[in-house]
Amino acid sequence: MIASYFFYFFAFTAILSSFLVIFANNPVHSVLWLIVTFFSVAGFFILVGAEFLALLLMIVYVGALAVLFLFVVMMLNINFVGLRAGVAQYLPFGILIGLVIFFELILAFVPWDFKQQSIDNLSSPISLSEANTVALGKVVYTDYFLLFQCAGIILLIAMIGSIVLTLRSRPDVKRQNVTQQIFRDPNSSIEVKDINPGEGI
Amino acid sequence: MIPIEHFLIVSASLFVIGVFGIFLNRKNVIIILMSIELILASVNINFVVFSSYLGDLVGQVFAMFILTVAAAEAAIGLAILVCFYRLRNSIFIEDANTMKG
Repeated sequence: MIASYFFYFFAFTAILSSFLVIFANNPVHSVLWLIVTFFSVAGFFILVGAEFLALLLMIVYVGALAVLFLFVVMMLNINFVGLRAGVAQYLPFGILIGLVIFFELILAFVPWDFKQQSIDNLSSPISLSEANTVALGKVVYTDYFLLFQCAGIILLIAMIGSIVLTLRSRPDVKRQNVTQQIFRDPNSSIEVKDINPGEGI
Repeated sequence: MIPIEHFLIVSASLFVIGVFGIFLNRKNVIIILMSIELILASVNINFVVFSSYLGDLVGQVFAMFILTVAAAEAAIGLAILVCFYRLRNSIFIEDANTMKG
């Protein structure tokens, strides 16, 4: 009973805040509403018993991704005025596409029942005696080990790619070159002059 | 227990709002990236809810991989956005017309 109240609360906040993500005038507000949406989605995950994914969602999305979005929005000096222009032009088409997709997806709103065959053939059944994190770890590190490694490689490639894309060397900025500093020798950089008293150079 | 259809309706709504956001904010790349994140989150809800109601853990494993790919995709997308901003000094998609695609 309590769970269903929480479900409807999370559903309401998820839908409302995701609307505000796309309708907010300021991209910073959009990012903050996106965080609220992800909190609600994490609430759903807790309600259905996937605690590990709920916390992972908060760490990855709220802790990393939303902060990344905020950094980019605040770092780029964007003129927010022109960004909303043309909304009225795209609105009717967007509503049409949205309604078509929604009514296609709403076909799912029928009483669902799983086939006995698919219940009999579960590849890794959830046991109630085991915590979600433990069970997930046992599956990920055994059956899906190769995919897990692939996910790591994807993240590595994404990291290298984003560094390569955003790194730039500016020729007008003077930088410290440690090797050059160490290998400077006194003979080439210091000149000793013998100056007669009272004459100057 | 909450019926599974209710979860599916919320997930469908999030998906549609994401698609709608892409169509609505045709100029602003940042909002488009956020809409893609919304779509991926709705797919994640479907995976996790079906996994939990069926009693199979594989859906949650798959949702974890989707999370990985979503994070990588957002990082690369924002890096491209920063590059694009340096080149054109704006984030309007209309300015991305060098290739005349």
